[in-house]
Amino acid sequence: MHNFDFVKPSSIAEAVKALSTEGAQALSGGQTLTPTLKQRLAAPTVLVSLTGIAEMQGVCLGSDGLSIGAATTHATVAKEAAAHYPALAALAGGIGDPAVRNRGTIGGSIANNDPAACYPAGVLGSGATVVTNRRKIAADDYFQGMFTTALEEGEIVTGVTFPVPQKAAYVKFNQPASRFALTAVFVAKFADGVRVAVTGASNNGVFRWSAAETALSGNFSAAAVEGLTVSSDGLIGDLHGTPAYRANLIKVLTKRAVAAAH
Amino acid sequence: MTKVSMTVNGKAVSGEVEGRTLLSTFLREGLGLTGTHVGCDTSQCGACVVHVDGKAVKSCTTFAADVAGASVKTIEGMNNPDGSLSVVQQAFQDHHGLQCGFCTPGMVMSSAALLAENPKPTEAEIRHYLEGNICRCTGYHNIVKAVLAASGQDAAALAAE
Repeated sequence: MHNFDFVKPSSIAEAVKALSTEGAQALSGGQTLTPTLKQRLAAPTVLVSLTGIAEMQGVCLGSDGLSIGAATTHATVAKEAAAHYPALAALAGGIGDPAVRNRGTIGGSIANNDPAACYPAGVLGSGATVVTNRRKIAADDYFQGMFTTALEEGEIVTGVTFPVPQKAAYVKFNQPASRFALTAVFVAKFADGVRVAVTGASNNGVFRWSAAETALSGNFSAAAVEGLTVSSDGLIGDLHGTPAYRANLIKVLTKRAVAAAH
Repeated sequence: MTKVSMTVNGKAVSGEVEGRTLLSTFLREGLGLTGTHVGCDTSQCGACVVHVDGKAVKSCTTFAADVAGASVKTIEGMNNPDGSLSVVQQAFQDHHGLQCGFCTPGMVMSSAALLAENPKPTEAEIRHYLEGNICRCTGYHNIVKAVLAASGQDAAALAAE
């Protein structure tokens, strides 16, 4: 790992200022960035830790939904969101392993937008709003492809606000070595329709399966998905699974998620 | 180099670190606490697990400067105040919850964190919680027995494999 200066600001304003330094990079829980730095795939001159900022911590139920500070760890979301949004809490509680969940954060996960990460499916599947130091971004506009988001230079995720659905579930087919999703599906049923988000499957990162959304909005049952087919075009193929294998998993996991939704 | 201070195993410590200094490096090379092992160095194996403010974390994937001011507990701080082994350590010894011993510090720290959260875990819960701790001797069975015993449950009931 190349060396860098380490700073740990205590407010969003100070963090934004520190990030304006040439070569500065934000660090949240570091469960992805630290291995990346060790491999010298990134070499910032300054690492700006976001873990000491009180206004970016915590889970809070308000009139516009469930708001989660960007620096809130997966372990905290798993515990504190359980009563308000059980599917999201279960998603957080299934990321990595316990020690990873005690450091990794929701903001870090969605800022990185790994194509096999869990949170992008929860955020997109819920139609959540990503809050930054500059603006609010709808999930549909936020995720823009593998490791790509709407975030601009110097912009950091400060929180995410989730509308709470009537029913939801996240079903992940674990890649057992990495504990990332080999493919996973988040299904959320709202009064005005159903959203289905898929992670781990596409070369373009998290995406919505619109045919399933239409079918499930009319009939929220696993049978509604039965007649649909998923094209394997653009899906990930690697030693763990071919594109056709993942296409099949999308359908199977969607059915399981609908059956499990509560 | 910057100076960081924290509490390690109940003692106030401080040292000079670089920005890139990992907590595992600070503990091992800065403080000489080599009980914390570095296995994979890629946050897969869990040999480096320590407690930071009571929570299990992988010290090879945490920067020392990021936990300045925190209270850290390592395997060297796990024994009872009189020097005898803690319940979890004693159970690992009694049930031979180790073969080569390399993963043991991380296993003990993760097991202690599990029991703090869930004092009477089932076998399935133990295996699930220890998912991020890898034993290359494949000695999981006795480790699970040790955790069951440490929680006051009947380890003998665990079926032989």
